[in-house]
Amino acid sequence: MLKRVHFGPSILPFLLVAPQIAVTLVFFMWPAGQALYQSMLVEDMFGLSTEFVWMDNFKELFNDRYYLGAFKRTAFFSFLVAGLAMSTALLLAAMVDRIVKGVFAYRTMLIWPYAVAPVIAGALWVFMFDPTLGIFAYALNTVGYDWNHKLNGGEAMFLVIAAATWKQIAYNFLFFVAAIQSIPKPLIEAAAIDGAGPLKRFWTIIFPLITPTMFFLLVVNIVYAFFDTFGIIHAITQGGPAKATEILVYKVWYDGAVAIDLGSSAAQSVILMAIVIVMTVVQFRYIERKVEY
Amino acid sequence: MQITKYILGAVTAASFAGGAFAQTEIQWWHAMGGANGERVDRIAAGFNESQSDYIVTPSYKGNYTETMTAAVAAFRAGEQPDIVQVFEVGTATMMAAKGAVYPISELMADSGTPFDQSVYLPAVVSYYQTSDGDLLSMPFNSSTPVLWYNKDAFAKAGIENPPETWDELNAAAQALLDSGMSCGYSFGWQSWVLIENYGAWHNIPMGTEENGFAGLNTRFTFNNDAVVNRLQSIADSQESGIFKYGGRRGDSLSLFTSGECGMWMNSSAYYGSMVEQAEFEFGQTMLPLDTDVADAPQNSIIGGATLWVLRGKPEANYPGVAQFMNYLSSSEVQAWWHQETGYVPITTAASDLSREQGFYDENPGTDTAIAQLSLNAPTANSRGVRFGSFVQMRDIINEEMEALWAGDVTAREAMDTAVERGNALLVKFENANN
Repeated sequence: MLKRVHFGPSILPFLLVAPQIAVTLVFFMWPAGQALYQSMLVEDMFGLSTEFVWMDNFKELFNDRYYLGAFKRTAFFSFLVAGLAMSTALLLAAMVDRIVKGVFAYRTMLIWPYAVAPVIAGALWVFMFDPTLGIFAYALNTVGYDWNHKLNGGEAMFLVIAAATWKQIAYNFLFFVAAIQSIPKPLIEAAAIDGAGPLKRFWTIIFPLITPTMFFLLVVNIVYAFFDTFGIIHAITQGGPAKATEILVYKVWYDGAVAIDLGSSAAQSVILMAIVIVMTVVQFRYIERKVEY
Repeated sequence: MQITKYILGAVTAASFAGGAFAQTEIQWWHAMGGANGERVDRIAAGFNESQSDYIVTPSYKGNYTETMTAAVAAFRAGEQPDIVQVFEVGTATMMAAKGAVYPISELMADSGTPFDQSVYLPAVVSYYQTSDGDLLSMPFNSSTPVLWYNKDAFAKAGIENPPETWDELNAAAQALLDSGMSCGYSFGWQSWVLIENYGAWHNIPMGTEENGFAGLNTRFTFNNDAVVNRLQSIADSQESGIFKYGGRRGDSLSLFTSGECGMWMNSSAYYGSMVEQAEFEFGQTMLPLDTDVADAPQNSIIGGATLWVLRGKPEANYPGVAQFMNYLSSSEVQAWWHQETGYVPITTAASDLSREQGFYDENPGTDTAIAQLSLNAPTANSRGVRFGSFVQMRDIINEEMEALWAGDVTAREAMDTAVERGNALLVKFENANN
C-alpha cells in the first residue's frame, strides 16, 4: 500500500498565485467591471450629470442600423484578413521549406514586415495608394483605372484588408516555418521513398501535423483582425469613406474618444468582450477536438 | 519684425529670471503643433516677461479632438488646466457644461479687468457669444474659407479676373480644362465650406433657433433647395473634371499645390502651406456667390479655435488668466500672430496695425479673410453655428457628401439623410443637457 502523503494547510500556494491574481484583478477584472458599469450610464462629457439607465445604451445600439452595419463589416473584414494572412503565409512557408540556397535571406525578408508598427504600415500604404501622389494609383491610372479610395468604399476596404494582411503574414509565416521544421524528417523521407510527390506529402503529412499551429494562429489572427487593425484603419481611411471601413473596434474608439459618448462606447466594448469570449469558447470546445496533436 | 525680436529677448530674459519670484502657474493646453506650437510658446514667454506674478506654461496635447478629450478627462479627474484651446465645433458642448467653464465676460468682471467687447471683430466674437452678447471664450486662431486660385494657370487659360459667382467659377474651371488642366477646382472641410459657410454667405439658416444660438431645441434644416441644388450641380460637374474630390479636411491641398486643380476652396490659414509648397503664383479671393439664391453675399463665418477657461482651479489663478487674455488681445501680439500664420486677427486694431505695417500691400490677398468676415454685420444666419455633438455631425455630413460624390445617392437623399441622422444627435444632446 502506498503511503499517503499529507500536506498540512499552508498559505504558501495562495501566496504563490497571489501576484498573478492581483494582476488579473487590477488589469482585467477591475477595468472590465468599470466598463460594464459605465455601459449602463448616460453622462454628459464632463461627468457633471450622470443617469443610470440600465440597458438603454444596448437597446439603442441594436436599433442603430450603422452599428449593425459595423457588425457585418467586421465579420467580412476579419474573415478575409485571417483567411488571406494564414493561407498566404502557409504557402510561403511551404515554399521556403523546399528552398536549399539562401533560406536565411528569404526568411528574413518575409519576417521583416512584422517589425513594422501598424500605424507605420498604414502610412506606407497610404503613400503608395494616395490618389494624387501615390505610385500605385499612378500606375493604375496609366492602365486606365481611376483609383480613389477616398471616395470608393470597395477600394478603401481592399486597401485596409491588403495592409492588415500584409502585416500579419510575417507573423503567421514565422509559426508555420517553425511548425514545418519540427516535423520529423524520416516521416517525409519515408513518404518520398514510397513515391509520394511534394504536393501529396504536403497534404497527407505536413498539413495534418501542423493543425495545432493552425488552430493557434486562427485564434490569434481573428483577435488581430478584431482589435490590432485599429492603427492601420486609423492611418489609412479613418473608417471612411461613408463608414465603409468602420469596424467595431474603430467605432468603440470613435464614439468614446471623439464623440465622448462614454455610455455607448462602453456598451460597445462590453459587446466586443462578449464576442471574444464566445468565439474563444467555441474554438476551444468544438474546433480543438478535431485538431490532432 | 520688431515684435519677434522683443519676444525672443523675452524668452532669454525669462530663462534667467525664472524661479526668482513666487509665481502662480497657469496651465495652457493647446493643439498647435510644429511651427505654430513654437509661436504659442513665444506668446507665453512674452506674457511671462511682461509681468512677474504669473507664469503661463503652454503644453501641446495633440490635435483638436485629442486636446479637448484630454481636458475633459482631466476635468473628470480634477486635474484640469486653467486654459484649454477648443475648436469651434466644440463650442456648444463646452457651453452646455455650465459648471465646468468660466465665461470670459464673467472672468473679466470678477477680476476687475477692463474689458471692452467692441474692439473685437464682430464676425469673430459673435460665434462665441451668448444670445445676450456675453463672450464665452477668447478667440485665438480663427480663419475663414476663401477661394484660392492658381494665377499662372489662370493666365495660361486667359481668365482675366478671379470668379465672383458660381457661374463664373464653373466657366473658369471649364477654361482651365480647355487649357489642358485635368481638374477645375476642389475643396476641403466640405461641411464648413459648402454647408455652414454657404448658408452664412447667402444668409440662409442651417438649423432652427438661430442656428442653435437661441436654444438647445434646435434642429437642422440644411436640406433646403439652395444647398441641394448647388451640391447636385457640383456632383454632376465631376464627370467633365470641373470638380474633383480630394478627401476630408485639408487632404485635397496637394491637388491644388501640385497644379492638378486650378482652384481650391478652403481655409485662409493655409497661407503658410501655400507659400511653402506652391511652385506657382497663387492668389485668394472671396467665396463665389450663388446668384440663384442671393443677390449679394452676407458674410462668411469663422473656423479655428478659442481659449476656454475652466473652473475648479485656485481662486488666485484667475486674475492671472484674465491678464493673459488681455495680453493676448493686444494689437502687437495679434498682428504678429496674424502675419505669421494667416489666421485672422481678433481685433480691428490688430488688422489696422497690419495695414499700417504694410503687410497687405506686400502680400496682396492676405486681407481677403478679414474683408469677407466683416463684409456685413452678422445676421442670425451668419454669426455662426452652435449645435451639440457637432464634431460627429461634421463626420456625418462628410460621409453623406462622400456618398454623393461617389454617385451612390442624389444630393436630395444625401442631405435628407444627414439631417435625419443629425437631428437624432441633437435630440440626444438636448436630453443629456436638460
